[in-house]
Amino acid sequence: MITRRTALMGAALAAMVIAAPALADDLKLPRERVELVAPPFVHPHDQIAKDGPKIMEFKLTVREKEVVIDDNGTKMQAMTFNGSMPAPMMVVHEGDYVELTLVNPETNTMPHNIDFHAATGGLGGGALTHVNPGEQTVLRFKATRPGVFVYHCAPEGMIPWHVVSGMHGTIMVLPRDGLKNAEGKPLHYDRIYYVGENDLYIPKDENGKYKTYDSPGESFGDTIEVMRKLIPTHVVFNGRVGALTGKNAMTAKVGETVMIVHSEANRDTRPHLIGGHGDYVWETGKFNNPPAKDLETWFVRGGSAGAALYTFRQPGVYAYVNHNLIEAAELGATAHFKVDGEWNNDLMKQVVPPGPIPPAKSSAIDATVLTR
Amino acid sequence: MLLAMKLKAALAVAALASPLAMTAVTPRDTAPPERALTALKAENFPYRLAGDFSRDGKPVAAPLRQMRLGSSLGIMTRQVTAAEYARCVADGGCPRIPQASGAEDMPMVGVSWRDATAYARWMTRTTGKLHRLPSDEEWVFAAAEKASDDALPLAGAADPVAAWIARYDAEASRERPAVLTPQPIGAFGRNERGLQDVAGNVWEWTDTCFVRHDVEPSGAVRVTNTNCGVRVVQGAHRAYMTDFIRDPRSGGCAAGVPPANLGFRLVVEQERWPELRRMAERIADKMLRSL
Ligand SMILES: [Cu+2]
Repeated sequence: MITRRTALMGAALAAMVIAAPALADDLKLPRERVELVAPPFVHPHDQIAKDGPKIMEFKLTVREKEVVIDDNGTKMQAMTFNGSMPAPMMVVHEGDYVELTLVNPETNTMPHNIDFHAATGGLGGGALTHVNPGEQTVLRFKATRPGVFVYHCAPEGMIPWHVVSGMHGTIMVLPRDGLKNAEGKPLHYDRIYYVGENDLYIPKDENGKYKTYDSPGESFGDTIEVMRKLIPTHVVFNGRVGALTGKNAMTAKVGETVMIVHSEANRDTRPHLIGGHGDYVWETGKFNNPPAKDLETWFVRGGSAGAALYTFRQPGVYAYVNHNLIEAAELGATAHFKVDGEWNNDLMKQVVPPGPIPPAKSSAIDATVLTR
Repeated sequence: MLLAMKLKAALAVAALASPLAMTAVTPRDTAPPERALTALKAENFPYRLAGDFSRDGKPVAAPLRQMRLGSSLGIMTRQVTAAEYARCVADGGCPRIPQASGAEDMPMVGVSWRDATAYARWMTRTTGKLHRLPSDEEWVFAAAEKASDDALPLAGAADPVAAWIARYDAEASRERPAVLTPQPIGAFGRNERGLQDVAGNVWEWTDTCFVRHDVEPSGAVRVTNTNCGVRVVQGAHRAYMTDFIRDPRSGGCAAGVPPANLGFRLVVEQERWPELRRMAERIADKMLRSL
């Protein structure tokens, strides 16, 4: 019979097993260990691969934690990879191997796993990465298709809840020789930002006040009720209202080309840069398809990521929104860019600043013109 | 004293019930759901270990063991009813969970392990007798012929994909209960130990945590992880459920038939045996030290 004592002994033994290096290195390829950074930033990377395929090592640690999601202090029991919503973006090149260490610390309450839309087989890795609190696992998959791809937690029976609780991110698989336009001309970016959109479903009490819970488990029942109605209480970028505005606004300079990767792991969205465009947009996010040009708004399907390149031509503040403007303005899906540089009067000029409406010269003449 | 009498009565009922259950199919007991305990004397029984087993990181079938509980078992003859649970809610001991029917003779369903545990604590407080969920071993022993051996086919460990597909097929081919809505107590008859509605359409929470094991080349089994956020649920088949789930569904990529409903029955510790045993242990320790 399994007693508590044997269970404890087992846990101790498991810790020792985990500590021991167990990876048989069957691939004779160079390895590169990457330190991930929290969005909207992306870890340093080459846009054109310098040499042949590598094994790219990443580590994600699951963090279950309470987060504040708006300026009213509304709290949510979040589940995250590495503590951020969305999870960090990974960048590799086509033909590289992604080797992920997934850690579920003992302090967590729930099993988790990971499904990479960029991976082939095994439910994207979900079937091979189920880790209980106190366990870790290592998954390796080959990045066979270039593009930006969502990854997310997918535990049996609770997938949507884990996803809308924050467990999703993006991996970018770049072509080895870099990005190209439809004519095969190389495309390059000076900066990259990762915007992850979250649709959140926070339960309310009978007085319409947002409820708080002590653990994800306690929030489960009520949250599912809200989720099943399909109307989010918050639609935000990077985990909270205002995560990418004001002091946290993204920055750029006139003349710089910025890559904006936008993901939504659950629900459709339509990014739009107010005052700018998408010069080159991979709406579906997959680089073997030629990028669309000169878009005003692009569509990112739920469960996918899209990528847009834009060269800023004018300084000032730009709003980057989900152009369902109710979601942008009322539910939170707004980010800002602050852009430095010289104003270009050719592109736009304020010919007459706003002022009083001048009196009409002769209304009689106007009337004649109109009736002729 | 009262308990002892009840136990005797239950024993008598059980003794009468078992031959009946073996000879006649009783689709439905008409007797009111009296609050009876069935007392079961320890005896050997086969037990398929719960949890996850692997050898060299590849899934293998769980070992089958001959087991014997340390003492006799006092377990509820039927599942906890909605009416009983409602009394705990009214007393502030249990969270309120809406039921389709609150009739006296309906099993309580839609409960999580946490709710069931809260009820057991409340029963312990109000009766002064230790009430608790059974362990998976105890449930299997009490369920007797109704317990299912869930050793899934594991095509050669060398081929984990074949094992994965075999498991999918086995889970997908499980029979769905004919009716999914909860039925009155007794609708699923008695098992050979006299327990009612075992493996009907209400699965029962146990206290057993999800445990991952490593089977060593010697055959020795080593626990590598214990996750008490997931507990064993028992019924027509064994399942593993996160402890706050009230409404089981197979969801996502799972193929299996999920438990139709989640309910529970409790074990009542007989008299003061646990304390007595602890006292005996203390005395034994002292004796050992004085030797
Ligand atoms: Cu998760």
